Amino acid sequence: MKEDGYLDLDFNDVKTPFTVNRREFLKIFGGGIFVFFITSDFSTAQAQRNQLPSDFNAFLRIGEDGRVTCFTGKIEQGQGVITSLAQMLADELDVTLDSVDMVMGDTDRCPWDMGTFGSMSTRFFGPPLRQAGAEARAVLMDLASEYLKLPVNQLKVEAGVISDKENSKNQVTYAQLTKGKQIERHLEKKPPVKNFSELKVMGKPVLRRDAIEKVTGKAKYAGDIRLPGMLYARILRPPSHDAVLKSVDTSEAEKIEGVKIVRDGDFIAVLHEYPDIAGEAIAKVKAQYDMPESNIDDKTIFDHLIKTASKGEIVAHGGDLTEGKKLSDNTFEEKYLNSYVAHAPIETHTATAQIEGGKVTVWASTQAPFRLKDEVVQMLGVPAQDVRAITPFVGGGFGGKTRNQQGVEAARLAKLTGKPVQVAWTRAEEFFYDTFRPAAVVEITSGITNSGRISLWDYGVYSAGQRGSEQFYDIPHHQTMVYGAGSGGHPFGTGAWRAPANNTNTFARESQIDIMASKAGVDPIEFRLNNLKDERMIRVLKAVADKFQWTPSKSPSKRGYGVACGTDSGTYVAHIAEVEVDKNGNVQVKRVVCAQDMGLVINPEGAKIQVEGCITMGLGYALTEEIRFKGGKIFDTNFYPYEITRFSWAPTIETVLINAGDSPAQGGGEPAIICMGAVIANAIFDATGARLFQLPMTPTRIKEAMQAIEIK
Amino acid sequence: MIETFRFGLNDKPMELTLDGERTLLWVLRTDLGLTGAKFGCGEGLCGACTVLVDKEPVRSCQLAMKDVNGKEIITIEGLAKNGNLHPLQKAFISYDALQCGFCTSGMILNAYGLLLKNPDPTRQEIIENMNDNLCRCGSYVRIIQAIQIAAQEMRGV
Repeated sequence: MKEDGYLDLDFNDVKTPFTVNRREFLKIFGGGIFVFFITSDFSTAQAQRNQLPSDFNAFLRIGEDGRVTCFTGKIEQGQGVITSLAQMLADELDVTLDSVDMVMGDTDRCPWDMGTFGSMSTRFFGPPLRQAGAEARAVLMDLASEYLKLPVNQLKVEAGVISDKENSKNQVTYAQLTKGKQIERHLEKKPPVKNFSELKVMGKPVLRRDAIEKVTGKAKYAGDIRLPGMLYARILRPPSHDAVLKSVDTSEAEKIEGVKIVRDGDFIAVLHEYPDIAGEAIAKVKAQYDMPESNIDDKTIFDHLIKTASKGEIVAHGGDLTEGKKLSDNTFEEKYLNSYVAHAPIETHTATAQIEGGKVTVWASTQAPFRLKDEVVQMLGVPAQDVRAITPFVGGGFGGKTRNQQGVEAARLAKLTGKPVQVAWTRAEEFFYDTFRPAAVVEITSGITNSGRISLWDYGVYSAGQRGSEQFYDIPHHQTMVYGAGSGGHPFGTGAWRAPANNTNTFARESQIDIMASKAGVDPIEFRLNNLKDERMIRVLKAVADKFQWTPSKSPSKRGYGVACGTDSGTYVAHIAEVEVDKNGNVQVKRVVCAQDMGLVINPEGAKIQVEGCITMGLGYALTEEIRFKGGKIFDTNFYPYEITRFSWAPTIETVLINAGDSPAQGGGEPAIICMGAVIANAIFDATGARLFQLPMTPTRIKEAMQAIEIK
Repeated sequence: MIETFRFGLNDKPMELTLDGERTLLWVLRTDLGLTGAKFGCGEGLCGACTVLVDKEPVRSCQLAMKDVNGKEIITIEGLAKNGNLHPLQKAFISYDALQCGFCTSGMILNAYGLLLKNPDPTRQEIIENMNDNLCRCGSYVRIIQAIQIAAQEMRGV
């Protein structure tokens, strides 16, 4: 796969992507105040790679009508920032939530943004957005002070109306102040954002603001764009990632009335004014390929990944491993595997492109509109100002829509045909070009003393990535090695998948911890608490145990209870699950309880939905999801046999959000998915005594593991 | 073969002349501009394209136009009446029973089909009837709640 500037962000936990340079300034534009806030000092990686037209990360506008528009390069893919970002701005500005409009992911109207991934919107976009709101409010107070001829400390503001504290009839609205005024004002002294006790809109549960559009069918996605004369394209796809086109015959397809055929090298597309007829036509294109033989498949991939791994990097180290080994009364050497997993959003990659008067516009289902813009600029060789990417609602992304192949294809076809073109991938194309969560291997050697203390931790992860690999237990002798996928490692594209790397790492770590707790004969929560110093982790573990009404027992207790914990995107999370396992290895997850410390919770309702979504989606990678392949040929092409979570699997879910409003807001869209492999593996062990070392834990694998202990 | 088909669409008579082998989903989305029904899988496996045909939830990606002749079709665009949202739409909003929203039209129409036949389904009956509609964001628990609440409102409880 082509190297690009975003790639290593896929598998690392981005802790401080940028610091805010407080060079906010105000200037007049179209009768409203603009508050620009600039982010700079990007993490070195980004700063070096991106040749960006601007450093602006976001801005807001207070219009003449008093409505507030928030422009952000972030996009809405279901995770709810359309609501929570509006809450932040409304609170800092002291306007009603209803008066805030969001404009998201439009490269002509919104300032540059790296993309919506890594649970960064709330953590890193939130603070500058709040700061901008606070500053705009302060400027408006100054203006009101001049207008009302009263000192600022005699003014109050509510719902965009500034008034005299002693005589509320003496007032002026934001709309009156901004109307027609030329304002350009720097505030030398930055106003602070509100502290926790001052918040009125943040921290309160709010329903989704996009729900009405979504329940009435009015919400527009990239495939819902309709343009005059638009053609729907289907593109000839190879049967395998390593196939080479030998010959192609389009004569049968050409016989269909209205079909247009475009060829540019190996890029061959059929287009029609109806998408279903374009689909018929592509089926009539006959193509021959050379296909190399490959021995790499979903069973041999794990050895292959270790063989082809790049040189490892030590990412965490303490004490001395030899010393740790000596100290250990019991040592455990285990290997954990997980398969390739698809993002499988219900909306496939879709884009509509139009070129009009030299201006290229692409509406795309994307998590990274600015990246798409760059890619279109490069593909078409046009100036950056002539390309605009617009992001309508996105029908799920989960990391997969950080890649924009379909947007580039649509733009290319719009250029080749001179007409607006829509490209909507079929489900098979989605499975083929998806950048899967990588298959991965984790090897751990660990040890405990007879007193139940972890004395050794020697950890190596292959191909998954670093995120979540550094353990947080109080272990005197430890080392964490991360091995990247070397060249030739993966037979197809891989990329960030909801909490990338962390699902793999947490599955391995928390399974290993459970193995040691069981050997020590100690309750798995008690064992963890005995080996933890991190107060926040201790707090979430105790909170989840309380909510579950946990009673201590060593595992396997036959109750089917499992526990797991971890950190992701600054958030601490702990799960307890209850499962039933039948003799054929079928698992029903009955109940999952989650405690999460995510700092200040902007929208508690939205945060709970994300926890529920993580748990529900996570059941899939834990129990069924895996890509079957041979070489570059992908055998899974649709939702059968690739099985994602269904209604009938959904457990009872209970969520505890730790009251931590005085600490900064952390990520919420990903953390609660990281425990799902381990918490179910540990619960299966508790129910049956059988230990699963490979994800997904299919009935066949569970049955094999149960039979293995019977034989013992 | 090009033929003329007559059917009801969201309580209005509709007449279209086209090839009867074309699928309902694409005719709705392209010829008629009703984009509420979504393409998700093209094989009837996900339910994002679900509409009602003679009150039965069907996968519009699997249905040929010749098979809707003379029938009554309801799409998500036809569910609200006189500007009033349907109880299912209201319940989906008030229970936050959606995230990305791409499966939502199909979820609501599949649930509507269920409630037309069985106004007071048990939780288990809801799960069984909804089981082939997929939501990747993971809103199932809330969708079940929303359907229960909408069922109550529709029964006038």
